[in-house]
Amino acid sequence: MASVVTAPKRSADRTTPGRTRGGPGRDHGAWFLVLPALLPILVLSVGPLLHGIALAFTDAQSGRTQTTRWIGTLNFRDLLHDTLFWESFRIGLLWAVGVTVPQFLLALGLALLLNQDLRLRRLARALAIVPWAMPEVVVGIMWRLVYNPDAGILNETLRDLGLGDGRAWLSGLGTALPAVIVVGVWAGMPQTTVALLAGVQNTPRELHEAAALDGAGAWRRFRTVTWPALRPVALAITALNFIWNLNSFALVYVLTNGGPGGRTRLPMLFAYEEAFRYGQFGYAAAMGCVLVAVVSVLLALFLVGRLKGEQDR
Amino acid sequence: MSAFRSRGPARAAQYAALLANLVFLAFPFLWLVSTAFKPATELGSLHPTWIPEAPTLDNFRQAFAEQPLLRAAGNSLLAALAAALVAVVVATPLAYVLARHRSRLTAAATGWVVVSQAFPFVLLIIPLFLVLKNLHLVDSLPGLVLVYVVWSLPFALWMLTGYVRAVPAELEEAAAVDGAGRLRTLVSVTAPLLAPGLVATALFAFVTAWNEFFFALVLLKTPEKQTLPVVLTHFIGAEGVADLGPLAAAAFLATLPSLLVFAVIQRRITGGMQAGAVKS
Repeated sequence: MASVVTAPKRSADRTTPGRTRGGPGRDHGAWFLVLPALLPILVLSVGPLLHGIALAFTDAQSGRTQTTRWIGTLNFRDLLHDTLFWESFRIGLLWAVGVTVPQFLLALGLALLLNQDLRLRRLARALAIVPWAMPEVVVGIMWRLVYNPDAGILNETLRDLGLGDGRAWLSGLGTALPAVIVVGVWAGMPQTTVALLAGVQNTPRELHEAAALDGAGAWRRFRTVTWPALRPVALAITALNFIWNLNSFALVYVLTNGGPGGRTRLPMLFAYEEAFRYGQFGYAAAMGCVLVAVVSVLLALFLVGRLKGEQDR
Repeated sequence: MSAFRSRGPARAAQYAALLANLVFLAFPFLWLVSTAFKPATELGSLHPTWIPEAPTLDNFRQAFAEQPLLRAAGNSLLAALAAALVAVVVATPLAYVLARHRSRLTAAATGWVVVSQAFPFVLLIIPLFLVLKNLHLVDSLPGLVLVYVVWSLPFALWMLTGYVRAVPAELEEAAAVDGAGRLRTLVSVTAPLLAPGLVATALFAFVTAWNEFFFALVLLKTPEKQTLPVVLTHFIGAEGVADLGPLAAAAFLATLPSLLVFAVIQRRITGGMQAGAVKS
């Protein structure tokens, strides 16, 4: 997203006379080009999003013949007392942080390694994006095979190493969430690594060499040369990962379907059941709104905090 | 980097770390492949091995017998191809405008890209479900394709904008000076240079749609219309007990198209992202 997000704006350009002097045809041409994408975006993205927010204030249900009515903030007041939802929310936050942080650290390590001229670098780069290419459902299935209590490789390895008999990872109350978090980390590694690698390669090589000549060790070179250049990319990808993880669905749906006993019921699974099993469209939409609100606040705090940290240095 | 090549022990540590990373990334997939080729007896054994002792194709046969995999793959292929094609056709002109002119539109498009990433699917899918229902497109592949197009647009736009920027505007201006009309310039100057980017974007949109699960799960109810990821979950019974061999075999097959596409565009994805990052 980086290029779009941070692209410098020269907003006045097109409206200045200098630009439009080419004739009115130019602008018409532009609109003609914009329309094919704009229509579906408006009808199927912007519209539904606004509609979705509006639904949160109604009693909309699926398959009901009566007209839906506005009910004000009733859904939100109900949500406030819905302990199951808040439990799911707490799990969602644990999951999102639990996945995003290790993902960042591992991917940063991998990106730095891939930037060295090690042998096998090419192979490693190709391998590193394999999880990205796999359907999430397949990733879930694959890890179910790994975690399988009897036929899984994890327990077999533990047995071989004499570390006990292993356990039923995905159905154990204490192990289910950590187990799915590992899968989440695995699945998101490629995007993070690729983004960070791009950032690392963006650091000025001359600075690196100069610092090395000055006798700076690897850690100091990283802190003073690599990290400042990497920082914007790191912030962007971390924020995106956090959002993506909080909204993730398929992985955990396949791995545990929210079980055991709701220990891995992420907010999205909860909302999905509410909407498409029980047909409570309005209530589910309210959950979505709460999620958006909390995500926005958290991200704002995170980004402001980081940017401040930058100024203080 | 060679100016400060690390010495022996440090280098060894780097290799060890790289190896650990690669093992972490690769082992689940290898285990999937291994499971797919194991006979039922080995799958039931308490001491599974990495390499099947008596490799077999039974699981694949059984997988095709148990679930309508071919039909599901056909549905997936159709939906993904259509979505990729439409997404690129629709996004390219807009990407072109975004790359060449900067205006309030650019800001709005950027805002939409960011916002659309932050919204949970539930908020999107419920109204979409209602819209598609009114259009009688729920439980139909065309409806799913529409959703996929919109869903892949942000990323497609972002990739394409980067590719358009990489085509020097001076070339177009030169063509205009030579008297070529706008359309002619686009077709004979810009399009050929943009072609690899278009292909990469289309392939990316294809993989996104091929892999997608949530929208397909919600929108497609008739078994005959369901896509591959949805059908794959049928292998996992309601109680979560799965027939491991066929499950692994089917999952392995479902991954192959995506892996192939990624092998083709691997360099473009990393390169494209890097170009995008550098340009900013």
